[in-house]
Amino acid sequence: MKSKLVPKICIIFALIFLYLPIIVVIIFAFNKTKSRTVFNGPTLSWFFELFKDHSIMTSLLNSFILAILASIIATVIGTMAALQIVKMKKSSQSVIMSLNYIPIINSDIVMGISLMLLMTFILNIIGGHLGFLTVLIAHITLCMPYVILTIIPKIKQTDPNLLEAALDLGCTPSKAFFKVILPQITPGIISAFIMAFSISFDDFAVSYFTTGSSFQTLPVLIYSMARKRITPKINALFAIMFVLILLMLIVMNYLDIKSEKTLKKKSLSSN
Amino acid sequence: MKKINNIIELKNISISFDGEKILDNLNLCIKNREFVTFLGPSGCGKTTILKIIAGFLKPNSGQILFDGENINKIPPYKRNVNTVFQRYALFPHLNVFDNIAFGLKIQNLPKNEIKYRVSRLLKVVNLEGFEKRKPSQLSGGQQQRIAIARALVNRPKILLLDEPLSALDLKLRKEMQLELKEMQQKLNTTFIYVTHDQEEALTMSDTIVVMNEGKVQQIGSPEEVYNEPQNAFVADFIGQSNILNGIMLEDYKVSFAQKEFECVDKGFKSKQPVDVVIRPEDLQIISKNKSNAKFTGVIDSVVFKGVHYEIEVFAQDMYWLVHTTKYFKKGEKVGLTFNPDDIHIMSKLFNQTTNVLSAEVIEHNKIKFMDIVFEKEDLNIDVGSNVKLTIPPNSISLVSSDFADLVLTLDSIIYKGAYNEMYFYLDDKDNNNQYILVTSENEEEVGTELGLKFDFNKVEVKRCE
Repeated sequence: MKSKLVPKICIIFALIFLYLPIIVVIIFAFNKTKSRTVFNGPTLSWFFELFKDHSIMTSLLNSFILAILASIIATVIGTMAALQIVKMKKSSQSVIMSLNYIPIINSDIVMGISLMLLMTFILNIIGGHLGFLTVLIAHITLCMPYVILTIIPKIKQTDPNLLEAALDLGCTPSKAFFKVILPQITPGIISAFIMAFSISFDDFAVSYFTTGSSFQTLPVLIYSMARKRITPKINALFAIMFVLILLMLIVMNYLDIKSEKTLKKKSLSSN
Repeated sequence: MKKINNIIELKNISISFDGEKILDNLNLCIKNREFVTFLGPSGCGKTTILKIIAGFLKPNSGQILFDGENINKIPPYKRNVNTVFQRYALFPHLNVFDNIAFGLKIQNLPKNEIKYRVSRLLKVVNLEGFEKRKPSQLSGGQQQRIAIARALVNRPKILLLDEPLSALDLKLRKEMQLELKEMQQKLNTTFIYVTHDQEEALTMSDTIVVMNEGKVQQIGSPEEVYNEPQNAFVADFIGQSNILNGIMLEDYKVSFAQKEFECVDKGFKSKQPVDVVIRPEDLQIISKNKSNAKFTGVIDSVVFKGVHYEIEVFAQDMYWLVHTTKYFKKGEKVGLTFNPDDIHIMSKLFNQTTNVLSAEVIEHNKIKFMDIVFEKEDLNIDVGSNVKLTIPPNSISLVSSDFADLVLTLDSIIYKGAYNEMYFYLDDKDNNNQYILVTSENEEEVGTELGLKFDFNKVEVKRCE
């Protein structure tokens, strides 16, 4: 009995460690006063004020548009690159994969500063200012290695004969790709997209160095607000985001379990 | 006169990967509506031929004719050929109906015709009612049938099958062999089948093409290939055989196992070394006192194989494999006999009974060949002259590569009753394009690298003329 108690306590402790900060944020989103230490009774006013705050709403929208665009472009380019990488020889493949790893291991701040230096250098020649386009390019650079890393195992899992089978049955190479290969790697593409989106959406370091005054993402705005005093409106925003993510996870898990169950049922009835 | 109708003609096809020759100047015709099987060990190039016909591989040189027309430049999706893959390659995201209908939908056929043709094919492969299943919900045998249906529904002129039954268990495999043969006869389509299983080839084919190392060894009906193998490789690969070294004395007279025998073959040179093949079912075990006993020997081992006993008899210093329905006890003294027409004589695969290599005398009493230097006493040959070395096959031993004089890859191994005859391909600037023959009791696999050690006392040296 004792031996089972210890791991249970460990798990509970880990969960508390992970979720206590989030719970605190959510509780203080409902705090009547601006105090960050004393809870003075519940209110919803911070939520109303959040939606009235023009700068938060714009930067939220900015972050959202940026994340969507960056992750779509990174996924498309990354998928095409991954499809070519798996066709290479083993030796050159491992070289490319290690080159792909370096930006992932490298710290974001180094990447942010080097991207800023490169972009100001180029903008100096062609003219223009740091802004939406520079952040977008920077975010695509940031997300792409993760996309490649997520998709390659999925491509390697697919049977190489499938492409030959499609050609054999009359598909041109491009038709064979869209009808047979793409459906096989779609789950990989979706998870790569979700990962790219979340990396882009909560990136601070790269955005901070590559954005100008005209375009502010949410993390950059929060950072500039925090230098003065963080308002409970931000707590309200975090609470909403947390609930949304939680709902998304629940729905995804539910769909997973459902499809697994139907698969099991069918395979049982076939035997 | 009726013209012979060849649906596929391969002319001088050669192909190599990474410098290794897979097919070497291959010439072959396949008749329309035939069941042709390419049979050979793995790596012999049989799957490569299939991929060349399907269009997945382009030969380095040579022509592929389909119905008399060159199709070298036609891409796979425009060829009237369909393939059944070794691992089926069904599309996992599509159900059975959509898998089979795949090729028809690409052709944009009307919906009701697609439906009609798919349901008819499902009937042919005996899987009606499975339309909605996903491939992952089917057994191996069912997936196999779907793969066949998916290929046949396009009404190809040729169906290519790449070891399609290798993943199935024995009983199912035997059933499917008969079904495939039946299907081929019913549909009247050319089937080109690839397998390494000789029994499968014998069961199904109209014509068997036996291949080894990128070359055709024999083409013939199953009966021809089994009963009259053209060389020791074919005899060894198809069925079990006793293969012995012999010498053709004159027409209808051969000597092997230290005796002379009457046979039915002729046309060899006198004193020509030959391979002698006797099938185990043609050997009879009789009482040792009978006058027609060719040899007497001792039963060495008896294994029950269901239909027959597999018996090894030790006689004339070698082991004879015999298949018989009668039981004999181990250790029993018996006689062996066979008829003259049971002796199959064939010219040797490698025309070589010993090894002759070029070498050079580099110092007094020192000889060098292929970076190997050895001493030979009382050698009265001038320094710098070229010599020929005769190295008997039994003077070379197989050792671990650390102690070897030479490391080579085994190209062929044939059991000759008492020892294995091994051939190693040699590629050296002075001794190119030749084989080294080694006789050994070791059993090794073709393609492995083995270390060779020479016994230089047994090497003969002769001055070059």
